[in-house]
Amino acid sequence: MDFLAGHAPDLLPGRRALGSGDLSSEVPHGTTIVAATFPGGVIMAGDRRATMGNIIAQRDIEKVFPADEYSAVAFAGSAGFGIEMVRLFQVELEHYEKLEGATLSLDGKANRLSALIRGNLPMAMQGLTVVPLFAGYDHDINAGRIFSYDPTGGRYEETHFYSVGSGSLFARGALKKLYREDLSETDCVTVMIQSLIDAADDDSATGGPDMLRRIFPVVGVVTADGYRRLPEDEVAALVDAAWSQRHRRPDGPAATSLT
Amino acid sequence: MSVPFYVSPEQLMRDRADFARKGIAKGRSAIALQYADGILFVAENRSPALHKVAEIYDRMAFAAVGRYNEFENLRIAGVRLADMRGYSYDRRDVTGRALANAYAQTLGAIFSSGGEKPLEVEILVAEIGAAPADDQVYRLTYDGSIADVQGYAVMGGPADQVADYIGEHYSEGISLAGALRLAVDALGHDGTEVRQLTPDQLEVAVLDRTRTQVRKFKRISEETLARILSESRPAEEATEPADAGEKTDTAETGASDGDTPVAPPADDAPIAPPEDPDDNRPL
Repeated sequence: MDFLAGHAPDLLPGRRALGSGDLSSEVPHGTTIVAATFPGGVIMAGDRRATMGNIIAQRDIEKVFPADEYSAVAFAGSAGFGIEMVRLFQVELEHYEKLEGATLSLDGKANRLSALIRGNLPMAMQGLTVVPLFAGYDHDINAGRIFSYDPTGGRYEETHFYSVGSGSLFARGALKKLYREDLSETDCVTVMIQSLIDAADDDSATGGPDMLRRIFPVVGVVTADGYRRLPEDEVAALVDAAWSQRHRRPDGPAATSLT
Repeated sequence: MSVPFYVSPEQLMRDRADFARKGIAKGRSAIALQYADGILFVAENRSPALHKVAEIYDRMAFAAVGRYNEFENLRIAGVRLADMRGYSYDRRDVTGRALANAYAQTLGAIFSSGGEKPLEVEILVAEIGAAPADDQVYRLTYDGSIADVQGYAVMGGPADQVADYIGEHYSEGISLAGALRLAVDALGHDGTEVRQLTPDQLEVAVLDRTRTQVRKFKRISEETLARILSESRPAEEATEPADAGEKTDTAETGASDGDTPVAPPADDAPIAPPEDPDDNRPL
């Protein structure tokens, strides 16, 4: 990024001339992202909808990406800037790795993303906010970690699970009731899919699983073996199970005990 | 008024070339070798931290011999060029040809400008394609001249002797273990005495087209290297005959399809390495 600033500033976000007015309803926005840790790693999942005001801009947008081999990044908010930020972030991590011959620490990566968000601050003031969620496997403590951000670049580490985007309140509520620390990888993915369905249930901007077109959430799993995007058919099987269960109880699984 | 010394341009260039060649020949050799699933790089390098082989981009790697500070600068410039192109266009738009051209321009400009000393480096830019036939290896010398290499390339140190050894034993579509064995043996045949190199003296990396990741470059660790080498030759004598069998095979295939590897340029005059170890010598 520093090299780009010197040699090709036009490639960097945050250097553009400002217009005026609120553009938030005129460009596509991505909606809900959830992340949760499980013993052995961390999982990130995102719905597939992008909205433009009341219009559905895209049904199958992807908002969860590998940042490098051991981390994942996803964004909620303005899709154009979000995708650009993710791309620049990926290039930065790879570039550092190649120049230095070593990867950045997980905290180093998280801080770098902070700087990128801050570069987008003028746009955020106009309603074109990008709020990413970053998660990765930390080899120093052999566990998954989650970092959330605010539009000014503030970086906060989260324990266990977190969610960003318009449906995040509902997703976080669902996660609170369903999440356990000792979930297996598959169970953790199921919990996250349930939370995304709950978010779609109550937030019009979040897309639920599209059963007709077979469009399901993107799920990325980061473990000591690296980033792996769950294959479409594995996600489909979990979504189908959750969906058929909701035929019996539309609000999803009930918490098992009240104590 | 004193009359300035007249030196003919031919002499000037010859002197500069000799200077660069001598510097490069003082180091140890590096080899790039095409095998069935990609391109293998083997360099004799006692330093675990100062690399002679490095990743440039998804399907591209860089290997160099000569002065470390000089080729390290070239490597960084290459990574920057590749990453910037990939970011502003697309990952597929970063090509080995463009990178080799950029290197050739830089090396050529420095060689012919009177003010700077020529760079004492020789570099390889290698790119793997979808099939072995699409692989490209460019060899660039200190003066900016560029050659498209087929099969294998050797740079630095007594390059001609090492290349001769590979030429005798190389066959197209060789396996990774076979290629590794051949390269390590070739590096040992660089003088009158045959040396047996150990894994800690070697730097090994591959561009492997079977890797599922987008980035195909991978370093081979010392342990993995030791394992592969011990498998390909469990006991010194026991496998000699097997090697000989392979040799006849290679001779046949090489002759039948007439695609014998191109030897490095003849002007790469070998200069014997100095007898005494020199701490300050190029890698």
